[in-house]
This record gives sequence, structure tokens and C-alpha cells, in this order.
Amino acid sequence: MTITELSPGLTLIVGSLLIPLLRGRARSVYLVLLPLLGLVHLAQLSTGEFGVLHFLGLQLVTLRVDRWSMLFGWIFMIAALISAIYALHLRTALQTTAGFAYAGSAIGAVFAGDLMTLFIFWELTAVTSVLLVWAGGTASAYRAGMRYLIVQITSGMLLFFGAVIQFKATGSLAFDHIGLDAPGGWLFFIAFGIKCAFPLLHTWLQDAYPEASEVGTVFLSAFTTKLAIYALARGFSGTELLIPIGAIMTAFPIFFAVIENDLRKVLAYSLNNQLGFMVVGIGIGTELSLNGTAAHAFTHIIYKALLFMSMGAVLYRVGTVKGSELGGLYKSMPLTTVFCIIGAASISGFPLFSGFVSKSMILSAAGQGAYLITWVTLLFASAGVFHHSGIKIPYFGFFGHDSGKRCKEAPVNMLVAMGIAAILCVGIGVMPGPLYAMLPYPVVFEPYTASHVLGQLQLLMFSALAFSILMWTRIYPPELRAVNLDVDWLWRVAFPSAWRYGVGLWESLLASAASVLAAKSANICSLVARHRQADGLLIRSWPTRSMAMWVMVMLLAYLLVYYIGK
Amino acid sequence: MSLAQHLPALQVVLPLISAPLAVLLRRGAVAFAIVTAAAWTAFAIAIALWLQVAADGAISYHIGNWQPPWGIEYRIDRLNSFVLVLVSGIAAVVLPYSRASVEREIPRESHYLFYAMLGLCFTGLLGITITGDAFNLFVFLEISSLSTYVLIALGRDRRALTASYQYLIMGSIGATFIVIAIGLLYLMTGTLNLADMATKLAAIKSTRPVLAALAFFTVGVSLKAAIFPLHQWLPNAYTYAPSAVTALVAATATKVTLYALIRFYFTIFGESMVFKSLPLPEIMLVLSLFAMLVANFVAIFQTNLKRLFAYSSVGQIGYITLGLSFDSVHGLAASIMHLVNHGIAKGGIFLLIGAIVATLTTRQGMPPAPTFDRLAGLAKQMPLTCFGIVIGGFSLIGVPGTAGFITKWHLILAAIEKDQWWLVGAILISSLLAVTYVWRFVEVAYFRAPPAGSAPRGEATYALLIPAYVLIAATIWFGIDTSFTVDTALDAAQLLMHNSR
Repeated sequence: MTITELSPGLTLIVGSLLIPLLRGRARSVYLVLLPLLGLVHLAQLSTGEFGVLHFLGLQLVTLRVDRWSMLFGWIFMIAALISAIYALHLRTALQTTAGFAYAGSAIGAVFAGDLMTLFIFWELTAVTSVLLVWAGGTASAYRAGMRYLIVQITSGMLLFFGAVIQFKATGSLAFDHIGLDAPGGWLFFIAFGIKCAFPLLHTWLQDAYPEASEVGTVFLSAFTTKLAIYALARGFSGTELLIPIGAIMTAFPIFFAVIENDLRKVLAYSLNNQLGFMVVGIGIGTELSLNGTAAHAFTHIIYKALLFMSMGAVLYRVGTVKGSELGGLYKSMPLTTVFCIIGAASISGFPLFSGFVSKSMILSAAGQGAYLITWVTLLFASAGVFHHSGIKIPYFGFFGHDSGKRCKEAPVNMLVAMGIAAILCVGIGVMPGPLYAMLPYPVVFEPYTASHVLGQLQLLMFSALAFSILMWTRIYPPELRAVNLDVDWLWRVAFPSAWRYGVGLWESLLASAASVLAAKSANICSLVARHRQADGLLIRSWPTRSMAMWVMVMLLAYLLVYYIGK
Repeated sequence: MSLAQHLPALQVVLPLISAPLAVLLRRGAVAFAIVTAAAWTAFAIAIALWLQVAADGAISYHIGNWQPPWGIEYRIDRLNSFVLVLVSGIAAVVLPYSRASVEREIPRESHYLFYAMLGLCFTGLLGITITGDAFNLFVFLEISSLSTYVLIALGRDRRALTASYQYLIMGSIGATFIVIAIGLLYLMTGTLNLADMATKLAAIKSTRPVLAALAFFTVGVSLKAAIFPLHQWLPNAYTYAPSAVTALVAATATKVTLYALIRFYFTIFGESMVFKSLPLPEIMLVLSLFAMLVANFVAIFQTNLKRLFAYSSVGQIGYITLGLSFDSVHGLAASIMHLVNHGIAKGGIFLLIGAIVATLTTRQGMPPAPTFDRLAGLAKQMPLTCFGIVIGGFSLIGVPGTAGFITKWHLILAAIEKDQWWLVGAILISSLLAVTYVWRFVEVAYFRAPPAGSAPRGEATYALLIPAYVLIAATIWFGIDTSFTVDTALDAAQLLMHNSR
């Protein structure tokens, strides 16, 4: 088996295991070489299906190379490179090891040609990435990581059962177009939807990403959700239901992002909003819209990483990213400020920046397909993005009222990583040709027409105007040290309280029924707690006589059953 | 006759001789060398036999050239050659390990007895597996059981004695039941040769003595194999036995009795009698579910790591009986492959726990119990040991890439084949329980700070780690390359089902 028949994901996963063995400069060199090696590996691949394994009577395709998988393979590898450079200042090996294993798993999943391989890498991304959340090091990061892990594993289990059902029904494990009507279709849909942070299933993202370390968030923002976008694009392109879902995804995070104080959380919300554009593109399902989704995933990974990197640099130097405690940092961190503004311009879709050339494809596809409400929602969302990511992040972070905080510029490795990302953002914005050439379908789209540029500028100007007026009139929500409730309040507070209320009601009912019953109606938790004491049911050893009694019971039962059952 | 033709006899005779030799020479180091050599030879012979059976089909060996059914016959087919490899393989790994472990856990003057008993124990297990004679089977069962009682009682914890005594009483009841069953069968057929017995039983299947024999045998074996609810002797026995003994017994003893169960059900009583005309599948299904759910649930709340994994063994045995209850080739194959898949994972885990115990033991001190408060923050000090336990735990959960997944996969396929979708859910829930108890270890070892004032400990010695990692590596190996486990198990299952119809 030559290198061209091995998944490039394995290069990173196997390579990551060597990181803890290296020290000092050797490790730094290795961290940069490994993703470069991965890029070389990618360049060697040719279209087709390779690495076919036979396992348990199933045919597994570990390497399927086509235009979709190559595009995501490239961008994931580039993201791994940028993140690795950004992480060079770290002294411990845990985060980079986990990060590369995580990136490798995501790449392995993208190149998976069958559902079982997809499932294995899907779960691997979950277990490797949770280490990055835990690397945040706080107690709340630990708990958020646990919640994150449970959600991700659940998604994997749904995927697994979907695969089993499809295999039972069709005898094939191939990962091609699925659709909602296919056997197990809904299981796949929800599995992908959880990882893609569909509305109501999205809370793990805002919960976990801001808890990770400054490096961890950069890794996290690149892979998990885009892997889900890839899976949706393969399995559910043209599924109408995705259009309203995506439209809601673009719109609702805006309100949360505007009132949120933690700037990394703002970015997490805007991540959600950007995913919405891609989901709409998948739902429309035309060649133009799918191209738009692919292109947007590509550009989005870079500018989102850039934004998270700039906020990470602030966190690293200042120790907080609360909007209320920052401001005036442009004096101390001028380069970081410039990079942040480039990222902000890209996400907002300014002409000549990368977001513009990809987002306008999706907008045009929505406009052509006569999805009026969707189109209007997307326009509103575009304005909103500019508002909270384009203006709010740089304004509260680097300008605004001067907090008086003075610090050093970000470390050199961070600046290099941000610089590469920034160059890519501008480069793609100015010359979209190479990106368009990589897209899954042939591109007949010209981003720089007068109507596109003027329309987008109008939108941005109005949004800026709104921000200025709101700030000027002091109607803009002040940056409060507050915690905002999202629907995870339902999962974490409301349902447990309702459950407790229900249990309480049940207990009081029993208590009123009879005092004997009431004594036994203690809820199951205290029962368990009691029985894990030294002589409780769960711990104590059984006396010999009760064992002997069970033997007699079993013997009599068997004899009876046999005599009667004969 | 060349030596190769006598391999079936040598398989049992060599370890059997090693035990008295170890006693006669009375030196710990010499006894160790002899029994280890016997175990390795036995492993080599088992592999040779497995290859021979795979190539040429079943072997029938007549002890002393007495023709069956009068003489004792050793009969080796796909099923028991597979179990022979497991038993001798585990013994070959545990023995080198036991040297470093026993140093800390057992007084020097009884070392030679320990090795002699270990030799007898796996002699008995090999004998049960290889023999084609019902009474011979009972004798070997007693040899292995009696030596196991002694081995457990050698544990330094005083509770080891009561645990051993309790196991002795329960084991004797079980053995009595088995001998009653064999007696009844002998009464009805006039033969003790298993193959002969099977043909003679065919005519008198539904007579009451035969049914009574079935009931006695089932209960007797359920006791020895710790099938729920007759598992209660197991947690204490595993917890207080010396580490090497726990690993050997957990990986092989229950598996061999389960083998005997499969052998009697399918070869002697016949599948149609046991499963078709009697409601045994239903009973077995319910008991398996209880084992999978209740025992795994109880495991979560244990404070002693050995006890936690002992309860997990009861749950895993539930998977094996669940496969049997399906009464299909796939289900039976899942059970057979889980004998090995669980044996190696659990053996590896107990060896690693033993490594923790040995490392925490001070010179001349009592070996401490591996309770969770002592394990806090251990992953920093013993990274390899803890990582190995986590990998073994993955196999118990059934994570893809480990041997445990292969069994789960076939169990799920067998359940779907019968259109029992709810069983897939039950298997999933029991896996989640397994996640929880493995996670308890991960949380304590990886995320808690070490207890204040504890002396820093180094990694376990390589003498302990290497044997354990052989089994952990095998867990991964059989999770990826399934040609040995799955092919043998499917072959054996097909033969059993075919012959018993």
C-alpha cells in the first residue's frame, strides 16, 4: 500500500503521537513540518477510491478522493498548519497532540467513503477535541467539556444506528446521497444536525468553545462544524427542510451576539450564524449554491480562525476577553488590531475580502431560486454579522473607551499565524479564481459585478449607521457583566427543575396516600446514595446462605419449567 | 507413533507434571521456571493443535490406546482448540508476570506452593476443555476449582480467606450438581463418552431423569460460570485474590465453564431439546439482561477498582449468555468470540491493577487495596499503567478498534437478525453503563489531584508492564484483525448448530 492509498488523516493522527516524545526546538520544527507533510501527502492524491479494507464482512473505503473531499482536505490541512504555528509558544504537548489528532480525525472523516469509517473518525473527533476544551483548565471548562462530550458521542451513536439501519435495508454502507426518506435518514439528519449546531441543538458550541484555551478554540472552530457541513452536503443536498433551518440559524444568534459580553462567545454565536449560510446553500441544492457552501466553508474557516486567534492573543496577554473590561488595546497591540480588522472585514463580506466572494454565491443562489423570505433573512443576517463581528469585536476589543490596560504585542508565532490567515483572506478576496477552480462544480459566477458590490456596500453602510446611531444615542445595550440565557437553560435548568417538581409532586402524592408508602418514596438518588454505604445493597458481600438459597431457587425453577414445559 | 500425534495428551500431561515437580524441588525460583516452561510449551502445543484442527478437522485421541467409549477420549474440534489457545495463552502471559507480583504479595516461603497451584489450576482448565469424557471433565473441574480456592486464600488481605471459603462452599455445591447431572446421564445411557452419550440420548430426550440432569447441569455450571444471579461469590473472590490469580481466573476460569455449558447444550443434549422444546432461551435472555444491566450498574458504585471490574465481568458474562439465548449461528459465534475478546481485555486490566498494587506496596508492607482514594492523580505518576487500563476499558465498552467492539457488532447483528430491535437498545444501555464505570477510573486517575502527603511513585517495573501490555496489544490487534477470533468462532458455531440439529 503506497502513500497515495492511505488517508492523509492518518498522517496527522500517527504523526501527532510523536509530539510528546520531542522537546524544545525539535518539537517546534516538527509541529510545522507535520502539516506541511500532510499538504504534500494531499498533493500526491489522485481521484478515485483507495484503501479498501474488508472488515467483519463489510467493505470499508478509507480513502475516497473527489472534488468535495479534496476541497475540505485542503482547507482542514491549512487550518491545522495555521493552528500549529499559533500554538508554538506552548510548553506542554497535550494541546498540540490532541489538536493534530483531532485535525487528522476530521480529515479522515472527510475522506471516508463509507459510513462505518465515517462513524469511527466522527467519534474520534469528539474524544480528541474534548481534550482541547479541558485544556482550558478551569472547573467550568471541565464541566462544559463533559457536556460537550456527551452531546458529541450522542451524535456518533445516532450516526452508528443510522448506518446499521441502512446496512440492514440496502446491504450497502456507501456514504452517498441519503435524503430524509432513506432508511435511517432522520437518524443521520439529526446526527449531522447536532454536530452542525442546528437551532435548539446548538448550545454545546457556545457552551464549550469559549471555555477552551486560547489555542484550543482556534483548533475547535475549524473542524467539527465544517465536518458536519461536509456530511450534510454529501448526504442531504437539496433537502428543502434545510433552507428554513439554515435561515433561522443565520438570524437568531445575532440577538444573542449583540448582548453578549464575552467576545469569544460573540464569535461562537457568529460561527453559528455563518454555518446558517452554508446550511441554506445545501438546502437550495443547485450547483451554484453548493459551490457557495463549499467556498464559504473554505473562506469561513480562515477568517473565523483569524478572529479567534486575535481574541486568543488578547486573552493570552490581558487575561480576559470581556468587552466591558477591554478597550484601547490598539496602542499596545497594533498588529493584532490590524489582523482582527481584516478578519472582521472578511466575515462581514466587504468587497476585496474573502467573505464577499463566497457569501455572495449563496445570496445569489437564494435570489435566483425565488426564496424571497430566505433571501431577506440572509440579508438581515449579513447586516447583523457586520454589526456584531465586524464592528463590535474590533471596537470593544481594541478601540472604544480606553480601559487603561497596557500589554505587550502578541508573541511572534501568533503574529505569523494571524499574518498567514490575513494574507489568505485578502488574497482570496482579490483573486477568487484559484478557489473557484477547486470547487465541486464548474463555476460560472462573477462576484465583482456592480450590483453585487453596490448592494453589499449599501447593506454594510446601513448597518454601520445603525451601530453609530445606537452608540451615539446610548440605546446600544451596554456591555454588562451578565450571563445570557440560551435554550440550554431548558436542558440545564428547566427540565431538571420540572423533573424535580414532578418527583416532588409524586412524592407528596405518595406521602398523603399512606405513611408506610411515604417512608419508601425517597427518590432513587438517595436510595442509591444509601446503598453505596458500607453495608448497602450495592457494596455489601452476600452471605453464603443467601447464595445457597438462590441456587435452590434456580434449581427448583429450572426443574419446574422443564417438567411443565415438556 | 511420532511425538506430534501425542500432542493432545501432552497438552494436559506436561502442566500436570510441572506441579508436583515444583513442590518436590521446594525452591521458588526453580518452581517458577518449571511451571513457566510448562505454560509456554502448553501454549505452543495449543497453537499447533489449533492449526492442525483448522487444516484437517477434528482430532480424536485415545488415552492409552483404549478404544472409546470404554477408554477416555480427548476430542479437539474448532471450538475447544480455540479455548485451549485462550487458556494456555493467558497462562503463558500471567506466569512471567506473577514473579514480580508475587514477590510483594505472598510470603517467600510459600512461593513454590503458589506456582504449583497455578500449574494445577491451568492444568484443570486445559483438561476440562480438551476431554471428551464426562467424568474426566468433572475430575478436571475439581482439580482447577480446588487449586483456585488455595490460590485465592493466599491473598494477604484477611478477607481473602473468607472469600475463598465462601467460593469453596458455592463451588462444591456447583460441582455436586454437575456430578449429579453426569450421574443421571450415565444412569440413562450407560456411557461416559460425550459423543457416545449424545447418540444414545437422542432416543430418550424427554424422559424426566434427562430433564433433571439438564436442570442440575445448568444450575451447577451457572454457579461456576457466575451467571446472574449465581454470581455473588465472584466479586469477593476476584477482589481479595493475589493480582496474578485474579487475572488468570477472570480471564479463563469462567470462560472454560461457559465452554462446558456450550459443549453440553449443543453436543450432548442437542440444540433442539435445549432451545426448541424448552423455554430456556427466554429464561437465559432475561437473566442475561439482568446481568448486563444490574451488574454493570452495581459496578459503577464500587470503591475498589478490582471489585469494580469484577462486577463488570458478571456483566460481560451476560453478553456471552445473551449470544447463546439467540439460538442462532451468529449469536453463538458472538458468544464464542467473546470468550477470547473479553478474556484478554479483562486479563490485561487485572494485570495492570496488579502492577498498581505492587507499585504502591512498600517493602515488607501489606499490599494496599486499589481503592479510588489511593488512585487519585495516578496517571501523572504511572502514565503507561493507567493508559493501558483505559484501553482495556474501551474494549469493555465496545469502542471500535478494540476486541470488545467485534463482539458487540456480532451481537447486534444477531439481535437484528431476529428482529429484536429493543435488544440493540439494551446492549447500548449496558455499554453506557460501562462508559460510566470506566469513566470513574479516568476521572480519578487523570483529573483528581493526588492525595496530600502521598509519596511520589514511579511507573511500574517492566516485568509487570510488558506481560500486561501483551494482552492490551492483543485487545487492539483482535479489534482490527479478526481472522483468528471471528473465523474460528463462526466455523465452530456453524459446526455446533449443524451437528446438533
